[in-house]
Amino acid sequence: MTDLAANDPLPKPKRDIAPVLLPIALALLMIPLIGSTSSWLTLTAASLAMGMMIFIMASGLTLVFGLMDVLNFGHGAFIAVGAYVATLVLAPFAASIQADSLWMNLAVLAPAALLSMAVSGALGLIVERVLILPVYGQHLKQILMTTGGLIVAEQTLYALWGPQIIPMPLPASLRGSFILGDVAIAKYRVLAMLIGLAVFIAIQLVLNRTKLGLLIRAGVENREMVEALGYRIRRLFLGVFMTGSALAGLGGVMWALYREQVHASMSDDLTVLIFIVVIIGGLGSIGGCFIGAILVAMVANYGGFLVPKLALVSNILLMVAILMWRPRGLYAVTSR
Amino acid sequence: MSDLLKLSGVHTHIGRYHILQGIDLTVPQGQVTMLLGRNGAGKTTTLRTIMGLWQASSGEITLAGEHIESRTTPDIARRGVGYVPESMAVFSDLTVKENLVLAARDGPLDDAQLDWIFGFFPALRRFWLSRAGSLSGGQKQMLSIARAIIEPRKLLLIDEPTKGLAPAIVMALIECLKEIKRKGATILLVEQNFFAARELGDSVLVMDNGTIVHRGEMAALAADVPLQERLLGLSLEAHQ
Repeated sequence: MTDLAANDPLPKPKRDIAPVLLPIALALLMIPLIGSTSSWLTLTAASLAMGMMIFIMASGLTLVFGLMDVLNFGHGAFIAVGAYVATLVLAPFAASIQADSLWMNLAVLAPAALLSMAVSGALGLIVERVLILPVYGQHLKQILMTTGGLIVAEQTLYALWGPQIIPMPLPASLRGSFILGDVAIAKYRVLAMLIGLAVFIAIQLVLNRTKLGLLIRAGVENREMVEALGYRIRRLFLGVFMTGSALAGLGGVMWALYREQVHASMSDDLTVLIFIVVIIGGLGSIGGCFIGAILVAMVANYGGFLVPKLALVSNILLMVAILMWRPRGLYAVTSR
Repeated sequence: MSDLLKLSGVHTHIGRYHILQGIDLTVPQGQVTMLLGRNGAGKTTTLRTIMGLWQASSGEITLAGEHIESRTTPDIARRGVGYVPESMAVFSDLTVKENLVLAARDGPLDDAQLDWIFGFFPALRRFWLSRAGSLSGGQKQMLSIARAIIEPRKLLLIDEPTKGLAPAIVMALIECLKEIKRKGATILLVEQNFFAARELGDSVLVMDNGTIVHRGEMAALAADVPLQERLLGLSLEAHQ
């Protein structure tokens, strides 16, 4: 074994910025292919907004994967439940939502989002205690239990709200676009970008500036050693699971407003995207998840514009390409 | 001298393998007890079973008279047991400082204790804000031991701390462990390096096939080459 003596100078830690440059390079590469600058800007803004929404939904799942090696195929249930719960608040206040006042709109939207997060988080508590606790360390059973849980959740939503698609119109003040020259950027997409960025910064602050964050980062890397230091990681995991579920609920509200509709199986397509994001980002890596979400959204938007037929497989191709480059994802945190 | 740790008839199964087959051992308070044996004898399993990382299938484990065999790992750690695994298990993504902040479970880092640790391991002060993953093997081992002693512990379980390290680092580690011993720590130490074992050990336990096959004074074993060859398959001098 080659070994440095204790006082030898340490090699400078390398900052791995290649994954950060990837979406920037992809966006720049698209300029000549798309041709029109305004179309490129619109597609890029759409990608960033969509990426932020996917990131919000995926961030909890990546920590759950990384921290406790739990395969939660039922994560989509929290997304759908979050969206449905929001309708409970938004429907009775339809007049306020359609009022031409940003503050009136936000006065209804904010409580709706908070209630969705609370209900999804509480559902996360039940799912972890009832479905996941008995099957820790057993991947196949985790898949069966959480997939079963997703089916039960979807059918419960059908039973309570009916099979029809429920409209969820955007608030009046968030309709329309900001016009910059000949570029139009939808107002709601700007809001989605800001919320996504705020969630990313908040998670980074917690992970990097608090002892709780240290524990989560350490637990993702080696949960056994965290326990050997005297910390009860199961409690920590429960907190992360509930937070991830609550964020999925928030993402569900945002996605429903983006699509202006809610239905019980709305998370089916999203779940595939979320898993792709978690895998290409690197299990347990919030930074990787953030970049992965933007990449997935870019490939969907640019790909859909340039080669619509390719849109169906573009994200799978992206995942294959990333994993060929970095088999454990953009930022490998765990050894899995 | 009272026994801080006592194992009576401890069996541990991992999957279908019966690894520990009725371990009886005691670790006296304030002493360094060496745990020796061939590879695969069950030394690491013994430490992990004490730490609760693998559950004992049967038998009793007491720490200062309290039964801990059915306690969880965090509970055992909170009763004052520090663990340094063979793999070091530093948190690579965290800085040296963050690794120690986590280890100081009960509050902020104690400056006097830090200075004492830095006296042995000056590299940790130099690389205070560097990611632990970028440290050398020796520096990671220093960090792993520092993490175990950053707060007072009743008992330290240390698994092959000198494994794969350069001689100069081994000497620094031995000096550190001697100082920890002088301060009255109780240590159960798995070690293959005979020089380290002879320097540090008060008493010795030798394992084979999941049982204790010899117990006695370290000095006596060090002086008895035929006994070493019978117990370990070769003279301990060959391990140097």
